[in-house]
Amino acid sequence: MDILLAVIVGLLYGTAIYMILQKGLVKVIIGILILGHASNLFIFVIARLTRGAPALVPEGLEFVPEPYADPLPQALILTAIVIGFGIQAFAIVLLERVYKLTGTSEVDQLTTTDTIEATD
Amino acid sequence: MAINSEILLFPLLTPLVAAVISLFFWQSARYQRIVFLLGILIYLFASIRLMTWVWTHGYITYQGGNWPAPFGITFVADLLSAGMIALTAVLAVMSALYFEGGIKNSKVSNIFHPTLNFLIFGLTGAFLTGDIFNLYVWFEIMLVSSFVLFTLGGSRSQLEGSIKYVAINVVSSSLFLAGIGVVYGLTGSLNMAALAAKLPLVENQGLVTLASVFFIVSFGIKAAIFPLFFWLPASYHAPPLAVSSLIVGLLTKVGIYTMLRFFTLIFTTDTGYTHTILLILSGFTMVVGVLGAAAQIDFRKILSFHIVSQIGYMVMGLAVYTPMAIAGTIFFIMHNILVKTNLFLISGLVKETHGTYALKKLGGVYHTFPFLALLFAISAFSLTGVPPLSGFWGKFMLALGGLEAGQMAIVGISLFVSILTLFSMTKIWGEVFWKKLPESTSMIINRQEDLLRSRFLMVIPVLLLTAMILLLGLYSGPFVDYSMRAAEQLMDTEGYINAVFMR
Repeated sequence: MDILLAVIVGLLYGTAIYMILQKGLVKVIIGILILGHASNLFIFVIARLTRGAPALVPEGLEFVPEPYADPLPQALILTAIVIGFGIQAFAIVLLERVYKLTGTSEVDQLTTTDTIEATD
Repeated sequence: MAINSEILLFPLLTPLVAAVISLFFWQSARYQRIVFLLGILIYLFASIRLMTWVWTHGYITYQGGNWPAPFGITFVADLLSAGMIALTAVLAVMSALYFEGGIKNSKVSNIFHPTLNFLIFGLTGAFLTGDIFNLYVWFEIMLVSSFVLFTLGGSRSQLEGSIKYVAINVVSSSLFLAGIGVVYGLTGSLNMAALAAKLPLVENQGLVTLASVFFIVSFGIKAAIFPLFFWLPASYHAPPLAVSSLIVGLLTKVGIYTMLRFFTLIFTTDTGYTHTILLILSGFTMVVGVLGAAAQIDFRKILSFHIVSQIGYMVMGLAVYTPMAIAGTIFFIMHNILVKTNLFLISGLVKETHGTYALKKLGGVYHTFPFLALLFAISAFSLTGVPPLSGFWGKFMLALGGLEAGQMAIVGISLFVSILTLFSMTKIWGEVFWKKLPESTSMIINRQEDLLRSRFLMVIPVLLLTAMILLLGLYSGPFVDYSMRAAEQLMDTEGYINAVFMR
């Protein structure tokens, strides 16, 4: 299971970076989405997986018997998902504004701030 | 809960409360302004109180919900973070004054005040937190606020700049998360003090170094070090000047602050590897930044490229890794935040009078506005490091630290870059201030009295910042002492761990 998930994490990172390096802004945003998933899954796997043992105190005991699934990475991922969701929403609205204003969603066309020409 | 914890929480909660209250006054720019002004004054007061308390008593820690150290949410204030918060407060006052002085539409202004408060909230949290995952959350609060501030107004160049800024920061954040994951997998802890205690004991030191590289790249993107800085000159000159001056002053410095925190506290086992990487990067950052500036023909873009070059100096102090060099970095941060912001504000005043940033169309400022030229000269000389202005002391401490550690090459580079900095400052001086005004350019304001009267609130922050720069240069003793003590505190890992665990 660990190895399968590790491979998936690698694939997700690869796909995300490939998409972010594309010219179309929509693809860049899809890349950002996948990158978030890759990081979240990465945290999930690297904090070690324990199957079928939730961190709940059974009746009659004062503590959780080992081994149990660590709940902290799950809390981290939940937070990261929520934050990522906000950022993605912002990115999509930004894309929409850019498209409306410039009539293009190609990164190659959006280079006015990179040129040596002075701004007004 | 310790008795003094409210000293620490005060500066953290003030901007949040102010932001929420100003959201209630969504429709009324006037009330928002009052709330903002009150909030920022309380914040300034609270930050100075925090700083003096930390100066006399040492660390303040606060454990959320009274959970003992590695379990609760930890906040720690030491001299460095308290100083950064005080600088944040000063800058926020300046850019708010500047914003009020400029001509603006109410649509922008209604969003500006609450968002600026949220930005300050995120910054303060990032400076105070003692937990790496919380640091990530504070970073995100700060970033989302800065995204909004970047796009405020919605002109084409702003939106284009924002796309680059947003995309690169998302990548940076996800690398940061990955680094957090590795560190958690190794130690099972996220508390900075616990990490500092546990990471040297990890068997597989190779993985610790791997994690540290994640953080170098992530913070490197935020701080704009070579070769990760390309987003900065592409986006920093786009937003309205009051916004970009604040972002210029603070956001890259948060990257430097977290680097200082991580590479003096957490990743100190393999300094031969990590700090050598930082040393090489700092050299390249200095040189590439200043050369990039030399090629520009736009007032604000020259200054944007200079930020990159100055970041190199800050990383250099950290990479040399002696108390003197780190004190140099801290002093340099103080100096640079003030000087850089001031130069940006002056470029904004020139834009107010001439209506452009293009060097070709500018000219004759020295003739028409000698006062403005004087203010620029003070800041420009200070940036270059002409004694006895503030830049000199910062560079002197950095060079001294470098020489003591035997790092001749980087000291040589830093001094050489100073000369190149002088070159691009003289370029601005020659083009904007000394050259005759080109005949094709029509000025918006063409008398000094008119500028002072109609843009009164925009001139005030420039004056105040210049006064602070002069103070920092001519009366540098206390500030150097502060930097030295902050650096000693940073190098004293044991002290930090003991303070957090209340041993």
